[in-house]
Amino acid sequence: MAELTLVDAINLALARALADDPDVVVFGEDVGTNGGVFRATAGLQRRFGVERVFDTPLSELLISGLCVGMAAQGLRPVAEIQFMGFLYPCLDQLVNHASRLRHRTQGRITCPMVLRTTHGAGIRAPEHHSEATEAMLAHIPGLRVVIPASPERAYGLLLAAIRDPDPVVFLEPTRIYRAVKGEVEDSGEALPLDVAFIVREGRDVTLISWGAMVKDTLEAAEVLAADGIDAEVIDLATLKPYDEATLLASVSKTGRCIIVHEAARTAGFGAEIAAMIAERGLLSLLAPVARVTGYDTIIPLPRLERDYMPSVGRIVMAARNACNFG
Amino acid sequence: MRIHPIPPHAEYKMAQELSVVATFEVRRRSYLGSDGTVLRELPSFATDRELLVSLYRAMVLARTFDLKAVSLQRTGRLGTYATSLGQEAVGVGIASAMQPNDVLLPSYRDNAALQWRGVKMDEILLYWGGDERGNLWSGPAHDFPFCIPVASQAPHAAGVAYAFKYRKQARVAVCIIGDGATSKGDLWEAMNFAGVWKLPLVFFVNNNQWAISVPLKTQTASQTLAQKAIAAGFSGEQVDGNDIIAVRAAAEAAIAAARVGDGPRLIEAVTYRLGDHTTADDASRYRQSQEVQERWKQEPIVRLRAYLVAHMGWSKAQEEKVATECEEHVEGAIERYLAAGAAAPQTMFDHLYARLPAAYSGQRKEVEDRFRG
Repeated sequence: MAELTLVDAINLALARALADDPDVVVFGEDVGTNGGVFRATAGLQRRFGVERVFDTPLSELLISGLCVGMAAQGLRPVAEIQFMGFLYPCLDQLVNHASRLRHRTQGRITCPMVLRTTHGAGIRAPEHHSEATEAMLAHIPGLRVVIPASPERAYGLLLAAIRDPDPVVFLEPTRIYRAVKGEVEDSGEALPLDVAFIVREGRDVTLISWGAMVKDTLEAAEVLAADGIDAEVIDLATLKPYDEATLLASVSKTGRCIIVHEAARTAGFGAEIAAMIAERGLLSLLAPVARVTGYDTIIPLPRLERDYMPSVGRIVMAARNACNFG
Repeated sequence: MRIHPIPPHAEYKMAQELSVVATFEVRRRSYLGSDGTVLRELPSFATDRELLVSLYRAMVLARTFDLKAVSLQRTGRLGTYATSLGQEAVGVGIASAMQPNDVLLPSYRDNAALQWRGVKMDEILLYWGGDERGNLWSGPAHDFPFCIPVASQAPHAAGVAYAFKYRKQARVAVCIIGDGATSKGDLWEAMNFAGVWKLPLVFFVNNNQWAISVPLKTQTASQTLAQKAIAAGFSGEQVDGNDIIAVRAAAEAAIAAARVGDGPRLIEAVTYRLGDHTTADDASRYRQSQEVQERWKQEPIVRLRAYLVAHMGWSKAQEEKVATECEEHVEGAIERYLAAGAAAPQTMFDHLYARLPAAYSGQRKEVEDRFRG
């Protein structure tokens, strides 16, 4: 088994999907010869040819719309939008077409497509390159929203997204593209698209996160362990639909819940989870649900981006407060 | 056609000394004058009386359907509806040039094209009557449903055409949009890609002069809409959109070229929206009735009928027979439409995903329980 970075695991899953299924086509800006600005598609055009792995014009709306047309014909388009900040021209296609084509034709035309894009801050990138607006996508009925937090889950979830019969937005946490490594077997096995992963078991407090923040949350759990606080860490992995049962079971065990995301707080996906726990898990709570999030500001340019994002210290503080509540 | 002379200012005079690196021209196709007179040699299909009669019948059917649909809406039995009044030659002309396994990507006004493709009128009514089941139609299963957000199906057409090319299928994607849609980036992005990949794709612009209340001169300073294709690297042609022989001939040529790998085309069909934008619109707020009266003199059904009478021995009795048959046909469709009950409320969850995720099954059950018994 090979030790891979997260971005290499993405590449491995794409190669696997292309090799397994002639209907899979991969495209986007610079994904061909250049292999993608993060090299997620490196070597794929040489291996699978220019009709299956190709560069599009600089045209994000087109890329998302092409997916819909190809998927309607039974292809399995897997397209890349270089940065989440450039995803917004695709929203019309996602909201008005991809997510509802199956429903508005009552199953006559379906839309098995994957739109991959990067997610989050922390790579000292220019403006518009550090977006975390996943809640906006999770609000769209008919869509699936997936965000892996480890190489192994990136591989399995991307294969699942490509094989899924419905449209999936696949968010790739830029900050940990190369900052996390893990054993990945090219087994061709997909992971489920509506199951959260308990990445550390614990009894005292549940820490829920997704994407790059899972790494910081695990670090916070180590700090808490040194304090004698046994934190359970959950990688949500799929935001739409999300695994309510695993979250509720964990909170009923620990009685405390901290939600960690780098997106802005108001109407962030943490609000959805907090509301769900208030509705269905209130009686197991020993402390108020707390959110550790980005602020309700524009994500700052690199000089301040670290100050914006939830830190290990903020996560630890929130968990301690929950454990000391009452 | 509006001409925009370039002002003879100093910079322009200087520019004339520079070399010309690109030129283009846009041709216009028309065969029948507004009174049905033949302007130039007709395409070979125009000798096929049976075909011409079927085109005539389809246009009459579309108009009969539109008028009945409007009265259904006015009496509270149909939702908002967009007629194709005066533009019947566009939809029928295009659809009649397609093969069944080609893919149509229509706009909301393209009822006439859908009817030719085999979509039943009661299915069209069901959709505009507020029921998604209308899109589960008996027309070609691969044709797209009506596109409501303007021009947003153009990139789909490029995706469909890419699939044809990728699979080496001799099929063509046909996308119909309006004049307003040519102002949107969606169309440009789709045309640009189609040009790069030489896709089997034909764009048709139903230039009916009005995008709700906005006239063409406010929409664009472009001399023609056809020329918008040229920057994408393929040709655009203008046709008299009230001359069904011209529309069909242009469509046949463009679709045939696309089918053999000659790449995309754009056809601008110049016509006129004789009716309101939709039943929710009142065009008298923004355009003069005199303008509309003038345009009635050019409408497509009278024109083809004049040709049939003059050259094909078409009689008044035959005309009346077609009219009666169309009336009966539409009445039958309306009866079937009105007899269709509403779907069960919980079906709003069906077809949301291939399999409803467990996360939403509780909501479906809640709806089911609310409306039980």
